[in-house]
Amino acid sequence: MFSEDTAHLEGPSAFAQAAELELRGVSKRYPGQREPAIADLSFTVPAGEVCVLVGPSGSGKTTAMRLINRMVPLTSGEILLGGRSVLERDPRELRREIGYVIQQIGLFPHLTVAENIATVPRLLGWAKERTAARVDELLALIGLDPEEMAGRYPAQLSGGQRQRVGVARALAADPPLMLMDEPFGAIDPINRTKLQDEFLALQAKVKKTVVFVTHDIDEAIKMGDRIAILREGGALAQYDTPKEILARPADEFVAEFVGADRGIKRLSLTRLADVELLTPNGTGPAAERIPASASVKDALSVLLTAGGRPLAVVDGEQRVTGLVTLAHLERLIAEEADGERSAPASDPGEARAGGGEASA
Amino acid sequence: MLHLAASGPVIPNFSAHSSSCAVHNRLLCWDWLKANWGLVLWPALRQHVVLTLIAVGIGFAISMTLALYAHRHRWAERPVMLFTTFLYTIPSLALFELLVAPVGQNVFAAEIALVSYTLLILFRNILTGLRSVPGEVLEAAEGMGMTPRQTLLRIELPLALPAIVAGLRIAVVTIIALATIVYTIYDRGLGVPIHQALGEGPFKTELLAAGGMAILLALLADGLLVGLQRALTPWARMRSAA
Repeated sequence: MFSEDTAHLEGPSAFAQAAELELRGVSKRYPGQREPAIADLSFTVPAGEVCVLVGPSGSGKTTAMRLINRMVPLTSGEILLGGRSVLERDPRELRREIGYVIQQIGLFPHLTVAENIATVPRLLGWAKERTAARVDELLALIGLDPEEMAGRYPAQLSGGQRQRVGVARALAADPPLMLMDEPFGAIDPINRTKLQDEFLALQAKVKKTVVFVTHDIDEAIKMGDRIAILREGGALAQYDTPKEILARPADEFVAEFVGADRGIKRLSLTRLADVELLTPNGTGPAAERIPASASVKDALSVLLTAGGRPLAVVDGEQRVTGLVTLAHLERLIAEEADGERSAPASDPGEARAGGGEASA
Repeated sequence: MLHLAASGPVIPNFSAHSSSCAVHNRLLCWDWLKANWGLVLWPALRQHVVLTLIAVGIGFAISMTLALYAHRHRWAERPVMLFTTFLYTIPSLALFELLVAPVGQNVFAAEIALVSYTLLILFRNILTGLRSVPGEVLEAAEGMGMTPRQTLLRIELPLALPAIVAGLRIAVVTIIALATIVYTIYDRGLGVPIHQALGEGPFKTELLAAGGMAILLALLADGLLVGLQRALTPWARMRSAA
């Protein structure tokens, strides 16, 4: 159904599609193994959101992802894409509608960048002109000059460029769903951050439903609208927004997995633009400027090296919108922590323990 | 075309051509070459090329079929390897003679023998090429919805091309050399004038010309295949250009 829709779209510039993905009681058991690889997994990814599957090795996150495009056959349960069971679909037809990005990228070394990106459009039988226009558009979208890059072979690209081409190739036929298996796992930390930021900017434009697998909780927090944390044996430990998972981990496993520094991590989720700032008069000269798009964690880090002087928060036009100081941030953090304590804890055990302490 | 050499005068007639160079059996006699090119050397060269092309062509078809099968069905690799290795180890002169009784002194016996020497080389190279395709490339192909057939034609075979052509080069050069002993059962190819020259004392010009042509033919064929590979695999030369 999606390929038909795609075929009807006017012009190449449409990123029209995203579909809701729903897993219902999905299990995978490999023959000859007692323990399931995936046990009764259920969650829904709303259309246009990024769901990060994260967990330790052996938690089956890659297997869970590959169940969706039927590269691993399901044992039981149901997976619905756009309301329709993937089991009803021809696996190849299904896969052509699901963008697929893997850590090693898997660009075809004997094909040029343009030919690589054109892979799925070719499989779908698009007209040449339409495919060519689409390739140019995608190259521009990922920040590669079509004139210069279209004719290159993968061996002539840097690691980051290859990764971008891999994403462009997955987006080529405007799939309603993207599966990304540790897409930035093989990239050095500096370029990884860059590629993550680029992908988030790209995702803001194309608004795909994305299932993103990683073992890195920081990446999960950064990339995910929602995070599904899997424990060993492929059971879902918690499925929630990054903020909720950091604020209220469902159990000890999740708390341990997100790390003892989850308080600090939460600060990275709040942007300065979203907090109350001090008014710029009467606080003394600002030590440094910090963009409003920076996180509270970034501000805290800069403040710790600024020698007690306040930071000037500036907007996109470098206008000062307010100031932050250590004491001010401390107050903000304390207020938020208060709000949390009064909210009902999601884990009854934790709540009891808290109550016992209070009465002691 | 094949019967030309057989019907012509094969043994150089020194008295008729009575060049002093030929009579004194100097290293290379141009007048003898000129006189015998059309009757002896050129037909032998053409026969040699035909013998080689048929052998490598049939050998390639058989090897490709076997390799594609063994690529999908791993169990098949060992028996095919054992059989082709066995064929490869049979001494060539013995194989030619062994084939005469059941097949006769004809082109079939010659080609059966030659083909059997291409199988090990081609089968192994084609299979190695197909298996050299990186796992992530195959995973990407599958994940994007390619059928096994599309994966084979668009991904695996193109990527196996360098290994396949490498196998063809070895096979062609091997068969060009081996075809010089086809004359023992079937009087075709450059082996005929070489054998003739050795019988004549040996006659240096004919030996040098026919032997040299076999060597040049092998080098030329090898060069052509290198050119073919470069034309077909532009991507393989780009590695250092990044």
